[in-house]
Amino acid sequence: MNPLASISGTIIAGFVLAIVLGLVVKMLAGA
Amino acid sequence: MDFSLFALERWVHFMAGITWIGLLYYFNFVQVPAVAEATADKDKGGPGPAAITKYVAPRALLWFRWASLVTWFTGAFYLMGAHKFLTAFTLQGQDAYIGMGAWLGTIMLFNVWGLIWPNQKKILGIVTATDEEKAKARKIAFLASRTNTMLSIPMLMFMGSASHGLPF
Repeated sequence: MNPLASISGTIIAGFVLAIVLGLVVKMLAGA
Repeated sequence: MDFSLFALERWVHFMAGITWIGLLYYFNFVQVPAVAEATADKDKGGPGPAAITKYVAPRALLWFRWASLVTWFTGAFYLMGAHKFLTAFTLQGQDAYIGMGAWLGTIMLFNVWGLIWPNQKKILGIVTATDEEKAKARKIAFLASRTNTMLSIPMLMFMGSASHGLPF
């Protein structure tokens, strides 16, 4: 099921994406 | 008193950004569930969603789409003035933080003008569309709006982290 169908799924997906992208950018920035 | 174009751009960027994302959250957390409930209640003698779609949605969409454009351009001018536009968008060094925020904001701007607004025009009857086209437009606009709500979470994290660091 598409997590974007529900508000809670959308928010959880957003936080997961934030953590994943945050770790990637940290690596890119050499931090 | 010194005039600072950077401070002016940042100020307007914040105001327009709050207008944009505030209305995005209004659509996702308030209007969409309210229209669904109003539609379901109509058969039970409720007033239905007509007033929302006629009086509220077009006004909300007007502020929403223009605020998104002002937000993007004030952010872009800020980065250009700071000579960080290219290093941000190519995710170089410390500019990768604001750059990732800028990329997410750019995708969101495209979703507003390329997907949400053209499909909302069909849904609200601003342009003519068959019932089948309206049903398809409703689905695309809904998913694009939900995608932007999801993207706003990392976008705001990165925007804030450029000056204040990541939360982890």
